Amino acid sequence: MSDNSSSNAYWAANKRIIYISLVIWAVVSYGFGIILRPMLSGIPVGGTDLGFWFAQQGSIIIFIALIFYYANYMNKIDREFGVDEE
Amino acid sequence: MDQYTLNLLVVGASFALYVGIAIWSRAGTTAEFYAANRGVNPVMNGMATAADWMSAASFISMAGLIAAVGYGNSTYLMGWTGGYVLLALLLAPYLRKFGKFTVPQFIGDRFYSQSARLVAVVCLIVISVTYVIGQMTGAGVAFSRFLEVSVSTGLWIAAAVVFVYAVLGGMKGITYTQVAQYVVLIVAYTIPAIFISLQLTGNPIPGLGLFSEHSASGQPLLQKLDQVVTDLGFNAYTAQGSMLNMTLFTLSLMIGTAGLPHVIIRFFTVPKVADARWSAGWALVFIALLYLTAPAVGAMARLNIIDTIFPGGPKAEAVLYEERPNWMKNWEVTGLLKFTDKNGDGRIQYYNDKAAGFASEAQARGWNGNELDINNDILVLANPEIAQLPGWVIALIAAGGLAAALSTAAGLLLAISSAISHDLIKDWLKPDISEKGELMAARVSMGGAILVATLLGLNPPGFAAQTVALAFGLAAATIFPALMMGIFSKRINSLGATLGMIVGLVATCLYLFTYLGWFFIAGTNMLENVPANYLFGIPPTAFGPIGAVLNFAVAYFVSMATAAPPQSVQDLVESIRIPRGAGAATGHH
Repeated sequence: MSDNSSSNAYWAANKRIIYISLVIWAVVSYGFGIILRPMLSGIPVGGTDLGFWFAQQGSIIIFIALIFYYANYMNKIDREFGVDEE
Repeated sequence: MDQYTLNLLVVGASFALYVGIAIWSRAGTTAEFYAANRGVNPVMNGMATAADWMSAASFISMAGLIAAVGYGNSTYLMGWTGGYVLLALLLAPYLRKFGKFTVPQFIGDRFYSQSARLVAVVCLIVISVTYVIGQMTGAGVAFSRFLEVSVSTGLWIAAAVVFVYAVLGGMKGITYTQVAQYVVLIVAYTIPAIFISLQLTGNPIPGLGLFSEHSASGQPLLQKLDQVVTDLGFNAYTAQGSMLNMTLFTLSLMIGTAGLPHVIIRFFTVPKVADARWSAGWALVFIALLYLTAPAVGAMARLNIIDTIFPGGPKAEAVLYEERPNWMKNWEVTGLLKFTDKNGDGRIQYYNDKAAGFASEAQARGWNGNELDINNDILVLANPEIAQLPGWVIALIAAGGLAAALSTAAGLLLAISSAISHDLIKDWLKPDISEKGELMAARVSMGGAILVATLLGLNPPGFAAQTVALAFGLAAATIFPALMMGIFSKRINSLGATLGMIVGLVATCLYLFTYLGWFFIAGTNMLENVPANYLFGIPPTAFGPIGAVLNFAVAYFVSMATAAPPQSVQDLVESIRIPRGAGAATGHH
């Protein structure tokens, strides 16, 4: 790679968004869906509690949003750092 | 028109469509055969990935698994979808940039080692073969129920159809066939679910219906369900499960999903790195259409079944066996539903006879044990009959189940055949083979793989169900960590990665064999398969993440103690991290 500092900065930006996304990924599934469910049990959703909703639907919906946000964000920084494919 | 003719027409039409697509999209080069010439639109690829991923297990079994336990089995929903986040963030774009055809090829090149590549080939073949047996068996069962042929005839028909479109079209044919199969399976899955949701809650969207009011009682649906199942001695549907087990099992399914080679190779087919990221998102959208419907199907089917058996509610008398509905008679024939009149009163008592607190009530009502055994797998297939939907919906379910099984089987067979023709023949045994020769080798190994899968499907080894745990565990413990380290670390070297994979492979196999028997042969297990014996309470099916951690640790420490990889390999890692220069759709290399 000819321009090392720019490609390092690109990789650092990529890793940062990956860490943030993985934290959200873990919180909505393992967190809200399983471990923190007793804490969320006071919030009612359609005959049950919020933790149940996260375990059966909420986590999946947030996974989708997360991937699309990531793809969009990466396309933007690909262009900013001049490493996109055109 | 009778049901049999309808089934024949709908299933026949769907098969004609698949074969037609195969003829239209014949593969002429290895790039077309292995990677559909890298010309697949990301939305189309998402659809194909969804069909590739959603097997007979997702289509037929998952709703039943959730219905049987309720909240505790939400692990399947989160686990089988959360893996796509890992794929999109950690693997797909980089493997696309790498721009080769197979998973072992990446491992071999990145770790500049033929032995690393061979370990990856072995894992890939074990994973894919164990998986494909289940798909072929599933297709055989679906045929025998809906087309009224023997299971073995059904299997041969399924094998012939897969043979035509997979051998002819390779990845190109499989991709467009899977798009068609996705449409068939999602339509088949959602139509009955919509009708049932309307009947029970008045809401046409099943995923919303699950959290709406039950029209007949005015209570929220899940609350009503909790009440009727606890009235029969079962655990409440929404009751809390074991946190440690759920967390580990979900993690195991997620990492396993992200390491399954037939899913990974789908990301080689898109034109650009950016498309690989989009494509993972689209795949999850299409998967979610089924996965957000499945928990509703499970809960509503459970409520419907109890309503059928106890028309006056669980506190009143059960239905007379003589007056049982037609769908029960149909499924009794298959043996997946069984009634034994234990107290001789001619009524079907269905309850949890293992619940200690319920014994006195059962005795007071003159019940002598649970009298109805329902196989979880019939839930989705019988759903339209339970809800008394028209015959064409039942025919559609048959076509949908077959589409789910065949699309996954084709994806697996392609992963196996490309590993054999590309990794074993072209790069190891006979490097000077011509493009035409390699294409022929790919087709022959595909044909061979179909034959082996069919023969194993005809005589499924008794351990077929248990080996799925092995497939997920191995994918999580070997392929996923090797790929991830290859991308995210420049320091992991050949020795570290190879030893890491071997430790992951051996540890996972040993842990499974300890509880499930050596090579799954019954009676040779060293410890009984009960929670009290598990290491730190980890069930064998959830060992994958532990194997992955061992793999990471060994690879890290061995690499740190030995020399860094050569500069050329470090440059390769640099280059796969950057999208620019991925190369457009190219033919020959």
